[in-house]
Amino acid sequence: MSAGTTTHDSAPSGVNYLTNGYSLKSWLLTVDHKRIAILYLISITIFFALGGIFAAAVRLELLTPQGDMMDAETYNKMFTMHGVVMIFFFLIPSVPATLGNFLIPIMVGAKDLAFPKINLLSWYLYIIGGMFGLYVAVSGGIETGWTFYTPYSSTYSNSAVIATAMGAFVAGFSSILTGLNFIVTIHKMRAPGLTWGRLPLFVWAHYATSLIQLLGTPVVAITLVLMMLERAFRIGFFDPALGGDPVLFQHLFWFYSHPAVYIMILPGMGVISEVVTCYSKKGVFGYHFIAGSSLAIAVLGFFVWGHHMYTAGQSTYAGVVFSLITFAVAVPSAVKIFNWTATMYRGSIRVDTPMLYALGFIGLFTVGGVTGVMLATMALDLHLHDTYFVVAHFHFVMVGGMVLAFMSGLHFWWPKMTGKIYPEIWGRVSAVLVFLGFNFTFFPQFLLGYMGMPRRYHAYPEEWQVLHVMSTIGASVLMLGFVLPAIYLTWSVFKGKAAEANPWQAKGLEWNIPSPPPTENFPAPVVVNEEVYAYSHEEVKALV
Amino acid sequence: MQGHVTPTKTYLTIFGALMICTILTVFVRLNLGIKSFAVAIAIALVKATLVILYFMHVKYSHILSKAAVVTSILFLLILLVLVSMDYVSRSWQPRATPWEKHQVLE
Amino acid sequence: MSDHSTTVDHVHGHAHGHDPHVAHHFDNAQQQYESGNLGMWLFLITEVMFFGGMFGAYAVYRTWYPDAFEFASTATNIPLGAANTVVLIISSLTMALAVQASQLGQQKKLVTMILLTMLFGSIFLGVKAFEYSEKYHHGHIPGPNFVWHGEGGREVQILFCLYFAMTGMHAVHMVVGLGIMTWLLITAMKGKYSPEYYNPVEITGLYWHFVDIVWIFLFPLLYLI
Repeated sequence: MSAGTTTHDSAPSGVNYLTNGYSLKSWLLTVDHKRIAILYLISITIFFALGGIFAAAVRLELLTPQGDMMDAETYNKMFTMHGVVMIFFFLIPSVPATLGNFLIPIMVGAKDLAFPKINLLSWYLYIIGGMFGLYVAVSGGIETGWTFYTPYSSTYSNSAVIATAMGAFVAGFSSILTGLNFIVTIHKMRAPGLTWGRLPLFVWAHYATSLIQLLGTPVVAITLVLMMLERAFRIGFFDPALGGDPVLFQHLFWFYSHPAVYIMILPGMGVISEVVTCYSKKGVFGYHFIAGSSLAIAVLGFFVWGHHMYTAGQSTYAGVVFSLITFAVAVPSAVKIFNWTATMYRGSIRVDTPMLYALGFIGLFTVGGVTGVMLATMALDLHLHDTYFVVAHFHFVMVGGMVLAFMSGLHFWWPKMTGKIYPEIWGRVSAVLVFLGFNFTFFPQFLLGYMGMPRRYHAYPEEWQVLHVMSTIGASVLMLGFVLPAIYLTWSVFKGKAAEANPWQAKGLEWNIPSPPPTENFPAPVVVNEEVYAYSHEEVKALV
Repeated sequence: MQGHVTPTKTYLTIFGALMICTILTVFVRLNLGIKSFAVAIAIALVKATLVILYFMHVKYSHILSKAAVVTSILFLLILLVLVSMDYVSRSWQPRATPWEKHQVLE
Repeated sequence: MSDHSTTVDHVHGHAHGHDPHVAHHFDNAQQQYESGNLGMWLFLITEVMFFGGMFGAYAVYRTWYPDAFEFASTATNIPLGAANTVVLIISSLTMALAVQASQLGQQKKLVTMILLTMLFGSIFLGVKAFEYSEKYHHGHIPGPNFVWHGEGGREVQILFCLYFAMTGMHAVHMVVGLGIMTWLLITAMKGKYSPEYYNPVEITGLYWHFVDIVWIFLFPLLYLI
């Protein structure tokens, strides 16, 4: 169906990016953005599995009210390692470094990212950071929580704080360089005719994400450096004993780490915009609003970090301001939700695997977002701060939001990336398992938190056991839901049916080139002369 | 090819201005003492502006370079202003009543 | 559907594709030049935010401990700080002239100016090292061995923490800059730069001027107190 644009290529059976060299060197020294995306995909999957193991340890310990499986300190290490691995080594690079890396150059009609070597460097930085993380995991762990709050981290903790912080620091530079590469590519490498108003929303979302990566990450980098200096040389910045203010650490830390949750969610929103339009076979509703809301989230996200610190000794007046701006951030997020549902309205909807995940995203992210507004309310937060309510909220946004979006995008573009079709029935089964398992895991945690179960405790009163058991059972189902795709997706690479150029009849430059794409993406320079998401009635009728 | 070529004379003029600013700021400090802090910051801002506009060619360069300068200043200000918002307003809060003054209700 | 993107070969006909300085994935030299420049500017944004964290800490502790900063002012070496400011501004001038030389294709002047920039950069670091050793002899290195004979020892120590963190981070950037300069010098001596291709000189210049600007602020913040 896209024959008109692919005929210039030698042949569909010609050399593509996967068959262009098989040696280890051709992978480890590649500057092809698509190969680097695959390298990232493999590495973040390993870290996701590692983080999952730590999560399993946490859930198993919480199966019974007594601390019988591990002592408090081991438990502290488990949840800290879970947080560090999942946030710094999985969530932040997940969609941008894999799907974004693969698709951004193709979506803007370029041969590669603007700085291919820097792209490779950023993968190596990620791996070096990851090695620090692995070293910590095998050498005794860290128990400060992923937030590294001072003075505990800088003075009292006896664990591998510096190695972990170094890991996060180095991985941060990887994130910065990816963002820098994306912004330059989107500004300077767009094909003729591809105006800003014709960019896919996936690209807009990544543009907003990259802005946050550039503006936020350096602040946490210097904060971690100062924390490490204080720990290593007693050069005081945050320890009250040395005249410092621990709340300052929290300010600087959250200046990045709150926007960082938008680094994690915005690319996922970009995926959903693509998937929802494709599976509704309808132009997106309110294109400019979705694009603009990504930027609005990115900018407003920098004004709200104080809502993590209501109980930390921050001034109440500052808390009020942060609280009000946090409410405002809910508006652009809601704009997206409404526009996606409006896009589906009277669309020709097919509920395939990517769409199942996308629908799950819309529902779960809404729950996560609305409970976020609850937590942003100062008076309520005094009750809910550091309880399981916060844990549940965060996981609804990050797992229910970002991980589901990642799974959705991974399935959606899997045929493009690998040239193979995954077994649809297994895809649907695992999508349903993930949705059910997720809700069983995390909804009870809202109830637990509301009843007062604090986070980061390894033992709890007996009356909460039923909910904890539910949560642990749900987590087991969730795990199965993640193991299944790992199996059938890997299977499909070797045994799957070959994919055509555009298996889902989707719109977008990436669907006009063969699957998998040739090394330089396009056989000849591209000119775009069509609006974005130009699904037409006639075509849809022809499909039905 | 692409960029604007600044004449040597402009560079030397800017260099001279930077030197004068440096001498001025030290002179003010030695005569006014620590009270000259605001003046010192103002002079530093002038110097930085000169370097950005002329040495870094922002005056003649693409709109995106200008946008980069503005963005970095803006977000630096967000960081500084919102952090100081907390520190400034902490002293406005009513102090808690000392424990002993609470009446114990039996 | 099939007309979504049509392949047209004449659009980039002017690029010729044979310029040895244009990487394969760029359409033409102009695109590569603008990308390089934008990339460096974005990197400088991250640098501003990187130093911004420390400026934030400085602002907080300066408002908390105004007296301590006044006590500590006796320990700063204004003449050395001022001399270093002058040295760094001179190096910025020579850097700017290096860019100009590369734009005009003045090979000899380019090499000379890069050398001069490196020379002044090294003088700056030398003076810095001398200052650090002076602080060391007075026991002004923060940490368990910190010595302060005046008032407000604990608060004064915070200032020295900031002093060493900020100037130290700045010095690290200077060292990195000198490393890039060495590479620039070698490539310039090989005659790699011309009026058609001088982007590396220009963006190294941007970095160097940025480091200069940081010092322009560090000087009043840490010396003129």
